[in-house]
Amino acid sequence: MTAAHGSQSAPAPDQPQLYGLLAEFSSVDALLPAATKVREAGYRRWDCLTPFPVHKLDAAMGVRATILPWIVLIVGLSGMFAGIFLCWWTNATSFDLPFAIRGYAYHISGKPFFSLPANIPVIFEVTVLASALAAVIGMVLMNGLPRLNHPLLTIQRTRRLTQDRFFIAIEADDPNFDRQATEALLQEAGADAVEEVTESP
Amino acid sequence: MTTLNSDTPMPPPDDNTVDGPGTRAVLVQGDKDFTAVTETVVAFTEQPKPSKAWIIAFLLSASVLGMLGLLIGYLVFTGVGIWGNNSPVMWGFPITNFVFWVGIGHAGTLISAILFLFRQRWRTGINRFAEAMTIFAVMCAGLFPAIHVGRPWLAYWMFPYPNQMGTWPNFRSPLLWDVFAVSTYAVVSVMFWYVGMIPDLATLRDRATTKWRQLTYGLFALGWRGTNRHWHRFEKTYMILAALATPLVLSVHSVVSFDFAVAQVPGWHTTIFPPYFVAGAIFSGFAMVLTLAIPCRKWFGLTEIITMRHIDNICKVMLATSCIVGYAYGTELFISWYSGAPFEQFAFLNRARGSYSWAYAIMVGCNVIIPQLLWSKRMRRHLVAIMVIAILVNVGMWFERFVIIMSLSRDFLPSSWQDFAATWVDIAMLIGSFGLFFTFFLLFLRFLPVVAMAEVKGVMPKAHAESDHDFGPAEYRSLDARSEDETARRKEDSS
Repeated sequence: MTAAHGSQSAPAPDQPQLYGLLAEFSSVDALLPAATKVREAGYRRWDCLTPFPVHKLDAAMGVRATILPWIVLIVGLSGMFAGIFLCWWTNATSFDLPFAIRGYAYHISGKPFFSLPANIPVIFEVTVLASALAAVIGMVLMNGLPRLNHPLLTIQRTRRLTQDRFFIAIEADDPNFDRQATEALLQEAGADAVEEVTESP
Repeated sequence: MTTLNSDTPMPPPDDNTVDGPGTRAVLVQGDKDFTAVTETVVAFTEQPKPSKAWIIAFLLSASVLGMLGLLIGYLVFTGVGIWGNNSPVMWGFPITNFVFWVGIGHAGTLISAILFLFRQRWRTGINRFAEAMTIFAVMCAGLFPAIHVGRPWLAYWMFPYPNQMGTWPNFRSPLLWDVFAVSTYAVVSVMFWYVGMIPDLATLRDRATTKWRQLTYGLFALGWRGTNRHWHRFEKTYMILAALATPLVLSVHSVVSFDFAVAQVPGWHTTIFPPYFVAGAIFSGFAMVLTLAIPCRKWFGLTEIITMRHIDNICKVMLATSCIVGYAYGTELFISWYSGAPFEQFAFLNRARGSYSWAYAIMVGCNVIIPQLLWSKRMRRHLVAIMVIAILVNVGMWFERFVIIMSLSRDFLPSSWQDFAATWVDIAMLIGSFGLFFTFFLLFLRFLPVVAMAEVKGVMPKAHAESDHDFGPAEYRSLDARSEDETARRKEDSS
């Protein structure tokens, strides 16, 4: 685990093992204007770390709406058609699919082989299941999770990021990143402390 | 409407069940900051050793669960003849228990999904353990149909998979709809619960003092860092899951009621069943939430997070659903008379006056009459009274399902009429299912964050920037209505 550096040992900004700079804030009111400042300074590869979703931070940071709902819609609709196909093919047809599996047209009380109303419960459940799986798996993967560790989690200071502290992390590979200027910007934005974060060994 | 004037009494500051004019009652009491919320919630989880009471409760539940396991073994080796099920009453206790448990589960989803969509911010204090209740109740529910099929080792036949017999399940059967509905419900509930818990697991990971805890919680927290981009997608996902779970929960109990309503049995074949079952499910589930919340908030020091306002709101939901259930009982009686169908009329008269009139009396007494006490505000503040009412509602709702299933004992053919008598195995298995439920619930209390900490923090006034209340209409968190004075005070503090 990397110990806190402070700002005395300033490595060159192009040194590969520097992950970025982390600034700590004590309240939402301090974080929001700082986030706006960082955004206006033209940074792209940066993020705010908060213990709970902070209202208005999307606007302050300029985060665009995620495409996740569209993914869910597409997967959900696919689930729906898969459900319709499942009910129809297994209960109302008897033609072969590959791998020697075929449907079985059941006569039950003289009812039609396929009727949408009778199949809607199953179609609905399959749709919901597919959509929910898409939402959860999509969220986890788009967030770059799961991962076992992250440079930001290796320092002592971020132990409180899931409790009561607010942080701004600017990554070193941001084109605008400059070791001194970035730190000055964060200090000026009202950070309680600024710390270097290095890549995990 | 009350007229507002200077004489309107302001509620006492420690009472958050009343909204004074111009102020909104706080959801987290005790003037807590974010750290204090975390520390209150995780206190029991972070104790190196659980309390004696927990150990005793756990050993007791685990023994009852062990008994259930032995009985299932007995059932598998002997056959369903050890139950009291007989030729007309094929469903007996197992399906009664199934409907009872799956109904209890629904309150958790109602709290986590429907109240979320309705922006009911008070849900944040209770949603986590209500969702846990859902999952464990669905586990109990799923067990009974699986062992009721007679040859439980073939229960997988219920799922559509290509097989050497060349057949498929009948997708037009309500019993198959049930397989899909309950299994989807179980999967979606677990995901909803887990996704909501990821940030709180990260909190436990970051607070961990031992390597073992850090690794375990770290593994399940998936590397969550709470960046705004994480939260952005997280919140969208949570919203989508809530929007999916809302119709899902209504569909699940509707499908459960189709098991009955699609059959031709008099007393079952009615269109009122889906809404009536859903209302009953929410009713019994909220009663179970109270049964669990009242002791838990006291034992785990959560009285300032699960406040009297939460209890009060749950009581009101229970009262409302009790009235819906009572109305449904009345409608059933009226429609059977109004239909002019002699079989229907007989079925309902027989429920109220026949062999199971005692069960009918328990059902009406516990579900319709006793909850009316909750109209009184004094009762809604008396925790012992609420606890007694909630337990009686649980009993009443079990008997409601029992009464419905006992309609089978008097079908169209008098020659096949037969009463049902429960055996000791029936009763012991019902008790055993409570062992299953409470064992998992106690493990949850010990090892997982009992309250959705990140969400609770998000509804606290401190979580909002100064000019928040004039921003965006559709945001869940923006429904923060602080009093004018407090805004002014905070302005002074910050300047």
